[in-house]
Amino acid sequence: MAEQNNLIVYCEYDEGKVADVSLELLTKGRVLADRLGVKLEAVVIGDKLEGIESQVFPYGVDTLYKVEDARLFPYTSNPHAAVLINLFKEIKPQICLMGATCIGRDLGPRVSSCLHSGLTADCTSLEIGDHKDPKTGKEYTDLLYQIRPAFGGNIVATIVNPDCRPQMATVREGVMKKEIRDANYKGEIVNLEPSKYVKDEDFVVEIIDRHIEKSKVNIKGAPIVVAGGYGVGSKENFQLLFDLANTLGGEVGASRAAVDAGFIEHDRQIGQTGVTVRPKLYIACGISGQIQHIAGMQESSIIISINNDPDAPINTIADYVITGNMEDVVPKLIKYYKKNSK
Amino acid sequence: MSLNIIVLAKQVPDTRNVGKDAMKEDGTINRAALPAIFNPEDLNALEQALRIKDENPGSKVTLLTMGLPRASEIIREAIFRGADAGIVLTDRTLGGADTLATSYSLAQAVKKFGNYDIILGGRQAIDGDTAQVGPQIAEKLGIPQVTYAEEILGINDGKVTVRRRLEHGVETVVAPLPCVVTVNGSAADCRPRNARRLMKYKYAVSTSEKAKLSAEDQAFVDARPYLNIEEWSAAFVEADPEQIGLAGSPTKVKAIENVVFTAKESRRLENNDEQIEDLIKELITNHTIG
Repeated sequence: MAEQNNLIVYCEYDEGKVADVSLELLTKGRVLADRLGVKLEAVVIGDKLEGIESQVFPYGVDTLYKVEDARLFPYTSNPHAAVLINLFKEIKPQICLMGATCIGRDLGPRVSSCLHSGLTADCTSLEIGDHKDPKTGKEYTDLLYQIRPAFGGNIVATIVNPDCRPQMATVREGVMKKEIRDANYKGEIVNLEPSKYVKDEDFVVEIIDRHIEKSKVNIKGAPIVVAGGYGVGSKENFQLLFDLANTLGGEVGASRAAVDAGFIEHDRQIGQTGVTVRPKLYIACGISGQIQHIAGMQESSIIISINNDPDAPINTIADYVITGNMEDVVPKLIKYYKKNSK
Repeated sequence: MSLNIIVLAKQVPDTRNVGKDAMKEDGTINRAALPAIFNPEDLNALEQALRIKDENPGSKVTLLTMGLPRASEIIREAIFRGADAGIVLTDRTLGGADTLATSYSLAQAVKKFGNYDIILGGRQAIDGDTAQVGPQIAEKLGIPQVTYAEEILGINDGKVTVRRRLEHGVETVVAPLPCVVTVNGSAADCRPRNARRLMKYKYAVSTSEKAKLSAEDQAFVDARPYLNIEEWSAAFVEADPEQIGLAGSPTKVKAIENVVFTAKESRRLENNDEQIEDLIKELITNHTIG
């Protein structure tokens, strides 16, 4: 068995592919592991895992644990939790990272509860640093700073787990960047015997039907995002944004307020509780700019804000501010793009 | 078949619309200025519980919440909408708990409650958005969990069938009872208050609220057991002091900062044809679009 107290990433795997969010975490995990001087490890639990190492080793993975059993795919809570709990008792990782996906957010709490280790959800930044307990004065070195928005995104909190291990954190897809470390990086594969980690009685929940709908929306990868907020006013008015997006070759996004108001579906939500985007052009229409929204789009190269309110908070981070009704402005953008693009 | 249903709920500050009036001059949040509301997804969970009760006459829905004594407000709200009873787990020693200490405390209350068939709760609360407490309670109780539920399709032969709404699709699962089911905001909205129930239960009070009433009003409530909302303490649920509150929380808040975004130097444009055309031309020229 490999050395102890390393950093491990739980990798999600479906249809022959390791999830993007897992590769993003391996990228971040490699940086943190270097900082700590430990190994980067990955664990994949599922079925038909042959050749999966070629997808993870380039991210700098030193050890890949594979747990393969037909019953371990698709994901169910108890069996995957049992594998991680038993594996972690054995290899004692100091840090465990997971995607803040439906799987990671289902699995993480169950594992942390059993191991009595702290878990921080939806981190937007991870760093290594020291900590002094304000009460006892006890000093800790090289803890994982788990930085996350709190209170609806209005504050940012730095969380530490001084005494419990592993320090666990989940991160949403798109928050960290995915970057290959070395295409020829070679790690070690450790095949674990499933029956040693999961019992038959762990398979209690049965999946009787599963429809995977490939998301038709790809705002994360879109070079141009036209986003609407509560100020768009209606489902009908969102059609204008689709017209603009189609004209420019972009996608339509939305703020949480617009989604909550039922103007548009949830998979287009941008912000802390939605997706994070970094397009080259972001056009915000009728978005006031709550912190939780800004956090999901502030890294866009160019931001245009169209708002009735000249003092809308989003205007402070915009490159261009057009004060006016989006119902007026958007058709003009379409008109002049069509006129000048030929 | 009659079922004993627990609904986990939380009273939360309404963080969805933190307006300018809720910000103090130093840029911190004035929590007192935010209304305390019934956590939205817990209402979705309550509706699923009430539907199970509709389908299975004789079932009982009990709301369980941990928080300040004033959390009895959401219990009354739940009772007006159809819940049968409620318990407020409240104790100074429970304060400052992270999700793990919260789950432990609530799991102790569930054990004290005893005989239950299913536990429902919202997927997550809007003040923390962690979605951890449901699965952690399931683990502490040693029972299965079904998260991201959109609809409970039925309960038969000691098993519950649930449709889950995931990021990339839909899954239908069957789980044995007892289990914990956490419900998404995409599930059916909760039914409104029922006028007859509102009349019957409007004087329902928690133990500490009752203590503040006049002797006459106390006698009125005492004569009607259904008007009493129970308050449970940490000691009553036999919670280990080491595992609750701040002391029982493995995660510690190291620092809190207000979010400050770097302001850019914005160019202000008028909403007229000329300026908008110039902007489009500029974006085409620098290859941002086109």
